[in-house]
Amino acid sequence: MPHRYAIRVLEAANCIILGKDRELRLALACLIARGHLLIEDLPGVGKTTLAHVIARLIGLHFQRIQFTSDLLPADIVGVSIFDREAGSFRFHPGPIFSQLILADEINRATPKTQSALLEAMEERQVTADSETHPLPDPFFVIATQNPSHQIGTFPLPESQLDRFLLRIRLGYPDRSAERALLMGEDRRELLERQQAVVQPEDLLAMQQAAHAVAVSERLIDYVQALLTRTRHSPELVTGLSPRAGLGLIAAARAWALIAGRDHVLPEDVQTVFPHVAAHRLHTAGDGRSVTPEVLAQLVRDVAVV
Amino acid sequence: MPEMRAPTSAQLGWLLAAVTATLAPHAVELPYWLIALCTSLIAIRAALLWRRGKPPRQLLILLVAIAAGIGVRLEFGHFFGKDPGVALLAVLLCLKLLESHTTRDLRAAVLLAYFLQLGLFFYNQTPGIAALALAGALLTTTTLLSLEDAAARPAAQLRTSTLLLAQGLPFMLVLFVLFPRVQGPLWGLPSDAYSGMTGLSDTMTPGSISQLGLSDAIAFRAEFNGPPPPPPQRYWRGPVLSRYDGRTWRPGFSTIAAAPGYAPSGRAYEYRLTLEPHNQPWLLALDFPAANVPKARYAGDYRLLAEQPLRTRTRVELRSYPATTVGKDESAFVLAEARRLPADVNPRGRALALEIAAKSANPAAILAGTLERMRGMGLTYTLNPPLLGTHAVDEFLFDTRQGFCEHFASAFVFLMRAAGLPARVVTGYQGGEINPVDGSLVVRQSDAHAWAEVWLAGRGWVRVDPTALSAPARIESGLSAALQEWDALPLLRRPGLDWLRDMRHRWEALSNTWNQWVLGYNSDRQRDLLERIGFRQPDWRMLAMLLGVSATTLMLLLMAWAFAQRRRRDPLDAAWARFSRKLARHGAGRHPWEGPLDYGKRLAMTFPGRAAPLRAISERYASLRYGAQPADPRSVRLLARSIRRLKLK
Repeated sequence: MPHRYAIRVLEAANCIILGKDRELRLALACLIARGHLLIEDLPGVGKTTLAHVIARLIGLHFQRIQFTSDLLPADIVGVSIFDREAGSFRFHPGPIFSQLILADEINRATPKTQSALLEAMEERQVTADSETHPLPDPFFVIATQNPSHQIGTFPLPESQLDRFLLRIRLGYPDRSAERALLMGEDRRELLERQQAVVQPEDLLAMQQAAHAVAVSERLIDYVQALLTRTRHSPELVTGLSPRAGLGLIAAARAWALIAGRDHVLPEDVQTVFPHVAAHRLHTAGDGRSVTPEVLAQLVRDVAVV
Repeated sequence: MPEMRAPTSAQLGWLLAAVTATLAPHAVELPYWLIALCTSLIAIRAALLWRRGKPPRQLLILLVAIAAGIGVRLEFGHFFGKDPGVALLAVLLCLKLLESHTTRDLRAAVLLAYFLQLGLFFYNQTPGIAALALAGALLTTTTLLSLEDAAARPAAQLRTSTLLLAQGLPFMLVLFVLFPRVQGPLWGLPSDAYSGMTGLSDTMTPGSISQLGLSDAIAFRAEFNGPPPPPPQRYWRGPVLSRYDGRTWRPGFSTIAAAPGYAPSGRAYEYRLTLEPHNQPWLLALDFPAANVPKARYAGDYRLLAEQPLRTRTRVELRSYPATTVGKDESAFVLAEARRLPADVNPRGRALALEIAAKSANPAAILAGTLERMRGMGLTYTLNPPLLGTHAVDEFLFDTRQGFCEHFASAFVFLMRAAGLPARVVTGYQGGEINPVDGSLVVRQSDAHAWAEVWLAGRGWVRVDPTALSAPARIESGLSAALQEWDALPLLRRPGLDWLRDMRHRWEALSNTWNQWVLGYNSDRQRDLLERIGFRQPDWRMLAMLLGVSATTLMLLLMAWAFAQRRRRDPLDAAWARFSRKLARHGAGRHPWEGPLDYGKRLAMTFPGRAAPLRAISERYASLRYGAQPADPRSVRLLARSIRRLKLK
């Protein structure tokens, strides 16, 4: 029962990260939908912990790459070094050859380095010295961005942002969750002791099951209406691309799977829609990222048939 | 509040187009400064839209509004009536356009625009104006639609508003045909409604008719049963002028009777006259109309008069006998008036007349001799005669020698009277042009003419047209043939523009049909039409009933069409809609964007006592509607039944 695996992961994760059930679900849905996750938030709200928790609970091989302005593509992908004994070049794989990667503060690196990561994310393989090295499966990237400190950063261009399936914000914990956090044990120690609750193979099973979740014609009608609405909205610069539409359905499938259903409902689409659209749409007036209010209004403008 | 939302550029664009289309046809009657003001206000709005600028300050707009109000007051002298009202509304509409901060402002502008489209018909009811008003209404309706759904594509909005107007068309026709007709205009027009009608006046001074010669407007149309009379017989009689003060000719004394003072004889021409309104009572009949014209009276000078000044387009059926002899036994009083001359004017003309009279044996010889002398004087016919001083006839005959028909008629009648013969000036129209499209004879203001009548013992009043002396072509083929300088003529009367004239003929034939069938549809015609379809003597009750029945039938037909357009309802959708309707009666209808599970959760919170069945129904619907397998009919029936049986409280 793939849906049981998801519940198990979420129950365990909620014990470590308090009061963030919805964000954890979205992160898991992103993983199940074979997408990559972008977290945009202030430091210290638990971005790294979230990545750690997911890796630990599923038993994924985890690597963290701190992006800095002097990080080079080879630092991520790996490098070929001449082996004197063998008399040939040998490829030393970089940190990207892991199942779960936390790309911390991705906007601090130069565009060249950023695109090395983003290309690997898209292709799920790395090419170095005309040799192709497949990346492990599952392969999941969680990238973080700090939205408030933009000086000396290279914001990701729109075409790159499109490679992230979902964008979430963690935000401050609510009062009771924060209290429990302050009074309780150190999260890091808690994490150290935590065992995997499912195996990587179970994740693959979940991914396959999500792919099999039924999408009815009526639901496609609804998704199309939603996409059309974003394309004709006077408040937006451009609408959602067909790729974003595919992502919307994939994320809604994963969300439906976590909810234990074998079919997608409009509610699933509505839940994931703001996170699929947030980093892909820009308001017409100032060209800034679209606000949650506008996205909520877009959803209210489209009738469920 | 969606009403307080800022309008989008598409909405403003539509309104801009609608306002421009609405005001452009009004430019004909608005003062120039107002047109300039409105144009610049619209241009400013367009520029703001283009550059995404902010509307100007409220105070500035208020100042412009006050200034425009003062301007209108100065222009018209008051605020009441049609012209100042329309002028003020036009400015206000432009200002509203400029200060539109919210969609509610746009709605106000839309209403104003609709009213101004209606206002076009205060001035003009031609098919062209109807088409322009329709275009304005279409754009305004599209604006209204864009306010409802800002996201729809412009082409789709235009299509929807066209469809809306098209659906209104049958209702419009039913109302047009069946709504009780009011005599005269439907609304009481203010007193300035009849100013600015062109036509003959009842006085004549040198230059008064040549003014009309520049106007291309239609005076009247005549449709003959059979061939029309030849051009030399086409004299349409207007005011007859016998009082002369040395410069101005005025109408003389004339009896008014219910029957003509002559016995018609000779060949008869039957025709239907459609007169444009000219705010005077004369009917401009062809010489000489037969007896028994309904609602008309006969003047002693052979004019045919209506009971009221013609303020609306009027149709009369007439028969005329051009060969009739009239006035054999004219009263001494009228003849005395027709001999009278002021003593101290035109000494040279007077001397000439006395000289001719001394040489002639009888009045007929005087007449012939005078015509002979005038022909020998080398007078030329022109639309732009030089200005004349005190002795107008002398100056025309001996000095300037250039004149229009009123100069010729005036001089000739003066000479006749100086020689002792009773004579008078007759004004009216001469000639006309056959429209090859519908065969009607179109007479324009530029066909206005003045000729003379001389009374000869035993022959009565004899028509003499002195213009024919120097410009015979004027009588035979009309004004343009007689004049040398074409540039003075209205564009369309100039020769050599055949294609343009052809288009104009077609357009005028269309206008005539419109006049006869749309504007001329009065209570008589309505009665005729209703009788023809079997309703004898319809009173207002029957009309109301007919109106109600046809409107209802139309409504049903439209609804049937709409139902046919809709695809057959899926039973699962029907059940779900029924569920939402049922709960809407308890104040908990489904929001259009709400998915079934969310709706079920909301219902469970609203009706805690019935939470279980409500959630069960919405979950069942969700899995049937969006499930992996297509919904099987049995489950749908079961769901429909549980929805039917659902009881709240």
